[in-house]
This record gives sequence, C-alpha cells and structure tokens, in this order.
Amino acid sequence: MSIEFLVASAIGALTAAGIYLCLRARTFPVVLGLAMLSYAINLFLFAMGRLLVDRPPLYAKDVVEHTDPLPQALVLTAIVISFGMTALAVVLSLRTFLETGTDQVDGIPDEDTKRKAADRK
Amino acid sequence: MLLVLLAFLPFFGAACLLAQRNGERNWQTGIALTSTLTALALLLMLAPTVLDGAVSVFRVAWVPSLGLDFSLRLDGLALLFAGLILGIGALIIVYARFYMPADEPIGYFLALLLLFQGAMLGIALSGNVLLLLIFWELTSLSSFLLIGYSNHKAEGRQGARMALAITGGGGVALIGGLLLLGQIAGSYELADILASGDAIRASELYPVALVLILLGCFTKSAQFPFHFWLPHAMAAPTPVSAYLHSATMVKAGVFLLARLWPALSGTELWFYLVTTTGLITAVIGAVIALFRYDLKAILAYSTISHLGLLTMLFGFGTPAAVMVGVFHLLNHAIFKAALFMNAGIVDHEAGTRDVRLLGGLAGLMPITATVGIIAAASMGGLPPFGGFLSKEMMLEEAAHTAWGGWFWAVPLVALLAATFSMAYSFRYIFHVYLGSRRDSCPAKPHDPSFGMWAPSALLVALTVLVGLFPTTLTARFIAPAVAAATGMSAPVFHPKLWHGLTPALVMSIVAILGGAFALWRHGWLQRIWDAIGLPEAKRLFDQGIELFVESTRKLSGFVHNGSLQRQLAWLFLVSVVLGIEAIRIGGYAPGARETIPAPPVAVVAWVLLLAGVAAVVKAQRQRYLTLIYISVIGLVVSLAFIYLSAPDLALTQISVEVMTILLLLLALNLLPKTPRRISSNARRLRDGLLGIAGGGAAGWVAWAVMTRPPNDPISSYHWERSYAAGGGTNVVNVTLVDFRAFDTFGEITVLGIAALTIFALLQPATRGPSGQRLRQWIAVMPHSPERHPMMFAVAARLLLPLAMMVGLYIFLRGHNMPGGGFIAGLVISIALLMQYMASGFEWADNRRRIDEHPVIGLGVIIAALTGLGSLAFGAPLFSSAYGYFTLPLIGKFELTTAMLFDIGVAMTVFGAVMLALAELSHIAQRAHKEGPCDDSPMDIDPARMLEGGR
Repeated sequence: MSIEFLVASAIGALTAAGIYLCLRARTFPVVLGLAMLSYAINLFLFAMGRLLVDRPPLYAKDVVEHTDPLPQALVLTAIVISFGMTALAVVLSLRTFLETGTDQVDGIPDEDTKRKAADRK
Repeated sequence: MLLVLLAFLPFFGAACLLAQRNGERNWQTGIALTSTLTALALLLMLAPTVLDGAVSVFRVAWVPSLGLDFSLRLDGLALLFAGLILGIGALIIVYARFYMPADEPIGYFLALLLLFQGAMLGIALSGNVLLLLIFWELTSLSSFLLIGYSNHKAEGRQGARMALAITGGGGVALIGGLLLLGQIAGSYELADILASGDAIRASELYPVALVLILLGCFTKSAQFPFHFWLPHAMAAPTPVSAYLHSATMVKAGVFLLARLWPALSGTELWFYLVTTTGLITAVIGAVIALFRYDLKAILAYSTISHLGLLTMLFGFGTPAAVMVGVFHLLNHAIFKAALFMNAGIVDHEAGTRDVRLLGGLAGLMPITATVGIIAAASMGGLPPFGGFLSKEMMLEEAAHTAWGGWFWAVPLVALLAATFSMAYSFRYIFHVYLGSRRDSCPAKPHDPSFGMWAPSALLVALTVLVGLFPTTLTARFIAPAVAAATGMSAPVFHPKLWHGLTPALVMSIVAILGGAFALWRHGWLQRIWDAIGLPEAKRLFDQGIELFVESTRKLSGFVHNGSLQRQLAWLFLVSVVLGIEAIRIGGYAPGARETIPAPPVAVVAWVLLLAGVAAVVKAQRQRYLTLIYISVIGLVVSLAFIYLSAPDLALTQISVEVMTILLLLLALNLLPKTPRRISSNARRLRDGLLGIAGGGAAGWVAWAVMTRPPNDPISSYHWERSYAAGGGTNVVNVTLVDFRAFDTFGEITVLGIAALTIFALLQPATRGPSGQRLRQWIAVMPHSPERHPMMFAVAARLLLPLAMMVGLYIFLRGHNMPGGGFIAGLVISIALLMQYMASGFEWADNRRRIDEHPVIGLGVIIAALTGLGSLAFGAPLFSSAYGYFTLPLIGKFELTTAMLFDIGVAMTVFGAVMLALAELSHIAQRAHKEGPCDDSPMDIDPARMLEGGR
C-alpha cells in the first residue's frame, strides 16, 4: 500500500460520509457532514501539491526538493474559514431549534413526522 | 441633417422640461409648444421635395454587426403621419395647459408627452426596422407612464399594467417577426425590405413572420381579441386619451400595416387575417360603444371600431383601398381628437362623463355643443363632413370585395359597423347636447375658457373644410402618401360629396336610418344588451394572469420547495453525475509518478481514520459519542499533515480541532442529544449510494492526480522569491502575508463577519419563543458534583502565562519557521478558553478586560492599513518591506511590515474565535435557571480567601 492510496481512500471515505450526513433530516448531522466535507476538501486541495515525506517548504539555499507551498497556504486559510463556517452553521441550527422547537432541517415538528410514520403503518 | 434635428427635437424638449419641472406653468407650456412647433416647421421645410416624390434619407452606421443603422427616411407616408403627430401634438399641449388642474405641476406631464411624441416620430421616420422596434417599445413605455400618470388611482395603475402587458407582449412578437423579415430580405433597411416583396412572400418563413408582425400591429392598434386594453387606458388624463389612444399611438399598428404593405400584402393569408380581424373589430367595437355610459368609454370603443375599419381597408390589398385607408386615418385622427377634447371639456365643466346624468347641454355651453355635434356627425359619417367622405369611399371599397365565395359578407359587416357607428354618434349628439336639460350633473356647466375649446374648434373647422373641399385640401398630401405606402403610383384621388346613386350612397342612407332607429329604441336595445351579459374582457384577462401566476408559483414551489434535503440531494447528484461523466470522457491511463510506500504506522492511522468515519456515521444519533469519534478523525488528519511535510497545516488543524469540539459541545448542551430516527430505510439507502458514488469519484480523482507528476507548478516562483523578496524562509507564511496577502485579507474579513453574525444570531435568542424555550430548558446531562475541580482550575491558571508565551513565540517565529498569525491567534484563544472551562464563564468573563468586537475590527483595519501602506511607497498593494536590526543583549533580528499584517490576522482570528465561543457559552449560562452563580464554592480565589479571612 502506498501513502497516495491511503490519502485518496481517506478522501473518498470522508467525502462519502460527508455527503451522507449532509442529507440527514436533522441539523446536527448536517453540521457534522459539513465538517467531514471540510476535512475531505482540505485534504484534496493539499494533495493537489503532491505528497512528499519530510520535505517541509522551509527555504534554505541548498534545499532542492521541497513540497509545494502554495496548496498549503490555501489550505491553511481554508481550515480556519471552515471553522468559521462550522461555527456559523451550528449556531444557525441552534437558534432555529430554539426558535421553532424542532431540529429538523426543513422545520417540520417532530410530532408531524411521528404522525406521518404512524399513518404509513 | 434637418431630419436628425427633427427626430431629436422632442427628446431635447422633454429633457428641457424635466430640468424645468418645477417651473412656471406657462413657461413649461411654452417650452413644449416651441419644441413641437419647431419640429413642425422643420417638417414643412422638408415637405415640398418629399411631396414631389423624393425620399429624404439620413443614415449612419450604429451597430453594423447587427445590421442596425441609425437610418431615417422621410417619404410621403412618413410625412403624413409625422405631420399628424406634430400637428395634433401642438393642439393637445395647448389643451392640456388649460385642462390639467391648476394646482398640479405639469412639467413632468408635458415631458412625458414630448417623450411619447419623439418615440412616435421615430416610428414614422425610421428607415431601419430594428430602429423602428426601439421606438416602438418606447411608445409602449411612454404610454404606460402616461396611463399610470394618476398613479394614486387603482384603475390608473391597472390600466397602465394591462396596456403594457398587451402592447409589450405584442412588441415581443413584433421583434421576432421583423427579425425574420430582415433575415428573409437580407437587410434590416426598410428600403431593401420594401424592394424585396416578392422574395418575402415566396419565402417559407413568410407565414411565421407575417403572423408575428400582425400580432404586434393588432395589439398596438387594439384589434380583437386584444382590444380590451384600450378602454382601460382611458384612466389616463383626457389629453393623453386624445393624443395617444385615439389620434396617434394606436394608429402605429395601422401605420406599420401601411408601411410594410408592399412587402407583406397581396397574399390570401394577408387578406383573410387582416380583413377578417378588421371586420370583427369594427363591428364589436361599434356595438359595445352603443351601450356604454361613460363618454370616454364610448369614444374608446368607437376608436377600436374605426381602427378595425382601417385594418380591414389595408387588408383588401388594393391600392385604392390603401388610399381610402390613408384618407380615413387622417379624418379619424381629426374628428376623434376633437371629440376626446370635447368629452374632456364636458367632464371638466359638468363634473361627470356619465351619459345618464347629462342632457340638454347645448343651451348651457353652445360653443362646446357645436364643436361636439359637428365632430360626432363627422364620426358617424353625416354629410358634408370629412368623415362622410371617407366612410362613403370605405363602403364603396367594401362593396367590391368578396370574402371567400361570399360577395355579401364584407359589405354587410361593414354596413353593420357603419350603422352602429351612426347610432353611437347620434347618441353622443342627442343624449349629451340635445334633448331635455337635466339637473343631475354635479356642476353648473358652461363653456370653458378660449384656450380649452380652441384646439378642438380648430380640428372641427378642419373636418368641415375637408368635407367641403377635399381634393383641394388633401390631395397634395394623400397622393404621395399612398404612392409611398403602395410602392406604385397612386390611383386618382377624387373624393366628392355627391357621386350619384352608387351602392355606397344606398348603404350610407341605410346606416343613417338604422342609426336613427337605434337611437329611438335605445332604452329597449340597452335592456336586451344587459340581459345578454357578454363576458367582460378585463375579468378574463385578470383570471388569465392569475392562473399564470398561480401555475408559475406551483411550478417554482415544486422545483424549489424549501427542503434543504431535496436541494442538497439534487446538488450532490448533479455534481456526482457530471464528475463521473467527465472522468468517462477523459479516459484513464495510470499515472507514472512513483508512489511512496506506506509505513505500518501510517496504515494504523489510516485504519483509525476509517474507523472514526464509520463510527460517526453509525453513531450519529448518539451525539456526544460522535464528537469523540470526529476528534479522532481530526487528530489523524493533523498527523497526516505533519508526516507529509506540512507543519503549518498540522498546527492549524490541531488548534482548530480543539475549537471545533468545544463549540460543538457547547451547542450540543442545548440541542437534543439522542433524537429519534426519522429517515426511512429507502431514504438512507439512497443517500448511502449517493455518498459512496461521490466519495468514490473524489477519491479516484485524488488518486489520479497524486500518481502524476506536477505540471509546471507556479509555486516555484513562490519558493524562489520567498527569501529574496519576502524576507522569510517559511514559504507558506510568506505566501499568506505577502504574495497572497490580499486573499488572506479577504479571508480574515469573512471570518470576522461570521463571528459577528454568530453574535447577532445569539444575542436576541433570549427573547421571544426562543427565550421561552431557553427558560424551560432543563439540563438533562448528569453534572459532576464538583463543577470546577480545583486541580483543573489551578493548573489552567498556572498554564496561562506559559500558553500565552507559546502563542507569542509561534507568532514571532512564523515568518521563518512553522507558525504565524493564524496559529498564534488560535493558540492564545485556547489559553484563554481554558480559563473559561476551568473556572466558569462568569469568573473568567469578569476578569476579561477587552471586548472582542474592537479586536476583530482593529485586526481587519491593521491588515488593511498595512496593505494600503505599500501604496504610499509606490509599491503594489500588500507588498512588504523588511530589514535587519541589532539590539544589545538580543542580537540581530528581523522586522518586516508583513509582521504587522500578521498581527492583524492574529487579532481577527483571536477575536472571532473568542466571540463565537463566548457567545455560545454565555447563552448556555443564561439558560441555566439557577440565577447568578455564587462562584465562591467552585472557585479558588486567593484574593477572596484573604478577604474572607479578614
């Protein structure tokens, strides 16, 4: 197994879980899904600079081999921004819950869902 | 050149009036009148050569690639129409000066009138059909503004909207039709189109183009079934009705029929479409007019009827009929403008336009009565007025036209229209002016001031003179107009009052007798009419619009039903399908880049990550558990960054991780902890498959990229310039604060905004239903009996200076070693948050000296000023400067302006993180119903212990 395979499969797993969680009906899993997708996307962007072990992008005259610093710079701000996004999403879902009494993304009260499920049976 | 001046003069006048909109009334009227009369004088200067058969043209290229030239063209037809627009326009301006209420400023009104005049003149003079379209739309728009001039009245707004919907819709059809016409002819120049009539009629696109153009003409000229907007347009002030909706604008459709006559007419399709529409409209308009009570409505339906007759005449397709059409167009404009002004005077003086309340006005207002009676007689077609002549000639043409195999159809229907026309004209004369005087009108009617009746009197004099000396007065204008409209030499124009006993004369006599009978039996006919109760077009229109709006709303509600789940599902599905399709198209060949063999530790970490992912998905309803699992993922990702040569990323990721978990914990405190499952199994299977497809594709693409060598990366530039130009060896940090500082600046701004939004969301959450829920909230989680353990509190306080020191260190080394503003801001936040956790919100918050809001703002401002500072030194935005300095004891060190920028970054990050978390924990604090905390039992405060000891 190569490192590349590990990273690629990790990106795949994180994306899959992120998509699945984003499609849930309650707000909290959607926030988790967004966090998962952030991991996946940050790793993906980082991987675009190719993987190198033990070659940090610290400049010195004699250093020839080094990783690509540009994706790292982009991902660094992306990590902080995705924290901001997660925070905003979680606060939005909290306020919605407090305001409406339901934590479903479409604002349907839990009693309605219960009744519908009972009707189906 | 005169032509260009002529075309622009009304617009110039409108602009002058707008500049003088608060000016004196007479002065404004003077401007409008001067503009119109100057234009009329210019037209008359151009007239002699045009009347001799020459065509005056002006042409400059405007948008050559579209075939759109600014091309003006004045021939006989355009001259007649332009003369009508300007001549009646001048009279209307005088009339409006006296008609409009004295306390109302009329500058804006007159400006709109001139705007309309310019647009109308543009239609008459356009030598390019695309240019004509522009003016055509402009007339629709100015008509909209003028109908809605009394925009405080609902009927004004509704009428304006309806007129715009109908004529604007027709305008769209006309655009299509004229574009097709231009394509068939190979040019949008009117002269070229008119010259290629045979090619146009032979083209297979001809029926489509014809129908589209006719839609434009028929909507504009209020032909059945689009006639209903015109009566509602009568909500406009009467000068507008007289000018736009009887004499000029509604004639634009008929004018276009005449204008394009050589190119389009002469086919069966043309004859049946145009003639039939005209006949139906003529009869329907005349019949409805007989049964209306409002004077303006009577005149509006009468206008519809007469426009129908004109349409019919142009539909016949013979030059003789065109000649009659042009003559009647002139006559109708004269008597109908006079009649509208007349109805306006009655309204003005008597206070009502309701025929039922009027009667016997002749004795009270003799001048108005004379004008009204003569104009109405001309409208009905009584000798010896102008209207009689053209009606006579119209009936003569109709008598010789067969519809299909039926020789009687056209003459009979035309006769019917003429009879009803006579009937409502008689009604106008007898029910308003003659008959017994009534006391039912609201005001005491008397003749108005000279300025108000003079314009209509002038027109009435004209209609009498045209009736008496038709050839002398009009032949000079009619013949060139007909020649220009038909493209051949005009037939002999020889109207006479007495032709001998012709079929037309017999029909005229029948019409007059029939009209007289209808007047005599009007009450009886009215009852029959009311009993039939035909559907009202406006209601149908409103219902249609409502249906349209409703179905659109349903459609958009179906597509966009407000469900996040559905929208996200579609979003993911589409992107996955597009991505897979792109992979399929591109094909795949394995990459040549050598891969790195994975050591066992990496595999273990990988297994941990996958297990964490699986556990989060599996345990997503055990929400506290998921937080533990997701932190495993974050940890593995941080380790991966360290291993794969990204120390800065690892530092950032790990500190963000701490924040994220804290944040989710705080939120989860108030959210449901273990909710019921609500998704069905099918739904979960669907989402699972979608996730696997998306994840598989993303992983596949990542793999494909990573196994290929990089393709000339731009990062080598950053690498080489980092130390030389940026003065730092940590290329990532130099990129952030120097090369791509503008990016970073944008990002910290976004972060600050996010934090402020969180503040705005949570601040008011203690009020309203949300506050109610917070007060009813019961902590369901078991709490430790020792809420703030002493060990933790003491350790956290001891650690505070050390943690701050670490933050400062990370900040200072950032330019050359892993670290920098982002990470420093996060680390310092963690150091402070530890105090909040260890000693409780209130304790920590009371000792906090700085507010987060100014920290965020100051951070962004410092970063911005640093960036702008480089401009002052003539360098590009966000360039940095650096230098080396030596201090005793410390030694040589480096200072860069980028460091200042990084301070801004650190401050914003710190402020944003603290604000978000503090707000969130604060609301939890407020949710506790325990009231203000007594922090003595849970807090180790040496100062207070001393106090207590005393």
